[in-house]
Amino acid sequence: MSGLMHPLEKFVRPGMESRIWCSGCSDGIVLNEFLRAIDELGLDMNKIVVVSGIGCAGRASGYINVDAFHATHGRAIPVAVGIKVAKPELNVVVISGDGDLFSIGGNHFLHAARRNVGIKVICINNFNYGMTGGQAGPTTPMGAFLTTTPYGNIESPLNLVQLAAAVGATYVARWTAFHVRRIKESIKKALAKKGFAFIEVVGICPEQYGRRQKMPRPIDMMMWFKKNSVISRELDPSKAEFTPEKIVVGEFVDVERPEYTELMRGQINSIIERLEKEGKVSDVEI
Amino acid sequence: MRRDVLTGSYFTLGDIACAEGALAAGCRYFAGYPITPATEIAEHMARRMPEVGGIYIQMEDEIASIASAIGASYAGMKAMTATSGPGFSLMQENIGLAVMTEAPLVIVNVMRGGPSTGQPTRGGQQDVMQTKWGSHGDYEVIAFAPSSVQEMFDLTIEAFNCAERFRCPAFVLAEENVGHLREKLVIPEPHEIRLVERKRPKCDPKEYAPFKPDEDLIPPMAHFGEGFRFYATGLTHNEKGLPRTVDPDIHAKLVRRLNEKIRRHAKEIIKVKTLYLDDADICVVAYGIVSRSAASAVRLAREMGIKAGLLKLVTLWPFPSDEISRLSEGIKKFLVCEMNEGQIVREVERCSKCSKVSFLPKLGGEIHTPKEILSAIKGAL
Ligand SMILES: Cc1ncc(C[n+]2csc(CCOP(=O)(O)OP(=O)(O)O)c2C)c(N)n1
Ligand code: SF4
Repeated sequence: MSGLMHPLEKFVRPGMESRIWCSGCSDGIVLNEFLRAIDELGLDMNKIVVVSGIGCAGRASGYINVDAFHATHGRAIPVAVGIKVAKPELNVVVISGDGDLFSIGGNHFLHAARRNVGIKVICINNFNYGMTGGQAGPTTPMGAFLTTTPYGNIESPLNLVQLAAAVGATYVARWTAFHVRRIKESIKKALAKKGFAFIEVVGICPEQYGRRQKMPRPIDMMMWFKKNSVISRELDPSKAEFTPEKIVVGEFVDVERPEYTELMRGQINSIIERLEKEGKVSDVEI
Repeated sequence: MRRDVLTGSYFTLGDIACAEGALAAGCRYFAGYPITPATEIAEHMARRMPEVGGIYIQMEDEIASIASAIGASYAGMKAMTATSGPGFSLMQENIGLAVMTEAPLVIVNVMRGGPSTGQPTRGGQQDVMQTKWGSHGDYEVIAFAPSSVQEMFDLTIEAFNCAERFRCPAFVLAEENVGHLREKLVIPEPHEIRLVERKRPKCDPKEYAPFKPDEDLIPPMAHFGEGFRFYATGLTHNEKGLPRTVDPDIHAKLVRRLNEKIRRHAKEIIKVKTLYLDDADICVVAYGIVSRSAASAVRLAREMGIKAGLLKLVTLWPFPSDEISRLSEGIKKFLVCEMNEGQIVREVERCSKCSKVSFLPKLGGEIHTPKEILSAIKGAL
């Protein structure tokens, strides 16, 4: 090996040379910004766990040289919750796609956010199911043409930011793949957050999505994001409008709420303390 | 006295004995979702887990319950979930994930009558084949069938020991009739309980290959957060844990090992109990609650001069094939009694070399009475 090495090389899992992502896909952008964020924060790589579900975005966990788990489709969040609850000192991050996190896995998102388990969820929203070949999903815009909406999509897409805010996430941000530095800054903020944090990255899938919406080149979708996104400077999720004509990006929630694993530890400790004070082994009748 | 092993004699419920068995086995993570007739396990865990410093979490459904237990297992905890038929069906995909990622895990199914919502408050033995074949792909599992409150305690510990030793999901398959049975439970002294812990890597983290097995086909297991920085995936993977999904040899080798690590140790795992089998003409085969009626029936038959014996299957999976084929050389007839339309009977038919196999099914949540089994014994001969 020559002495020349990419500065982020040390964060990439050895042996994972084969990249499954298409050229121009924004999954790599998110991966890149995630690695830069942990680099800049100087985080202990031994204390980060990345969990993914199934999909193109879900392959991210494999490439990061930390402990990582690749779960079943939609189930990254409950696996991450189990890890976080069992070892709260770990920084547990979920990186996955919109179909994975909000269609098949939607229920888990609601409840992890509601409980305020201190995991961080990064969703790459590319408007479709990339891995299975461009089917419509829960974030597909109305009217979009995909392999399963050959006559145009008649369903309304979810607004992920407003959903996350409604169910109790303590940090919520949205950026597009065009806003690379801001993605990184948000990831850094989320990683430092105690409670449940959510970042939506509106992504580019030229191969399965763009190609079918008259935006075949990666640059076409980038230009769309550049032209139609507006940065909101208010912490107000009601401003997080998302239509093909207007993509409002920015930070929308940044609050504190008691975190689940801390509440749980507190409860456990007080129960054990009381038993010890009373000189009892157990309070429970068998 | 230890908080996790409440040594003493009790008059209690099967479900509670199961929960106490788990705590005594070192289980410190329980995730569940309410369902009759397994809810008492969750309720007891909710009260007891904090007392031992462990975690009780009620998840949003059974899919999340098993998924989070897999996560907790990888974070280093002995983990369990408990459910009944409908929840068990929901868990199937992640049972396969636990098999593929070799996550030690105990799954309790307090069986009720199905299909579908069926008979929530009545027992059955209808999930035996689902336990073996419910998730997609080829895999082996370990499953025990307790027949008493005491066995709910003892076999839950045994299930943990197997899950930890073999790095796989292990099952406790109890009928509602046992889960809701109230009888004597003796919790022994902690030192009398044999516990098995998962094998841990001794190598330098840089050398660690998370799915490279030792001689016994079982890879040592590192935990998340210990500096090993490894990847576990449900995709076909090589010994380093990296996805290799199109190489036929890697896939075949992995799947064979996952099966073989259990098959090769079947003798260690399989437990049966026998009654009067030495000179028997007819062998009643039963498991779980039905084995108790069967034992009475066999005693009644002996009083009448009929040479009947009982083979009680304590382990259902891996199936005690050798025991059946050995017996089939000496006896004239098997009579299989099950609370279903015929599941284990097919395994008995497969394994018995020459003997005829007859079957006594029972549906509806009722246990076979000794009298019913006795008349089937008479009819079979
Ligand atoms: C239970 C189950 N159903 C369906 C699939 C097939 N599947 C694989 S990836 C995927 C969609 C992934 O879409 P998304 O999460 O949006 O990620 P992307 O590929 O677009 O990054 C589907 C449906 C599966 N693996 N498991
Ligand atoms: S199909 Fe789309 S999301 Fe998947 S790798 Fe290709 S461009 Fe990226």
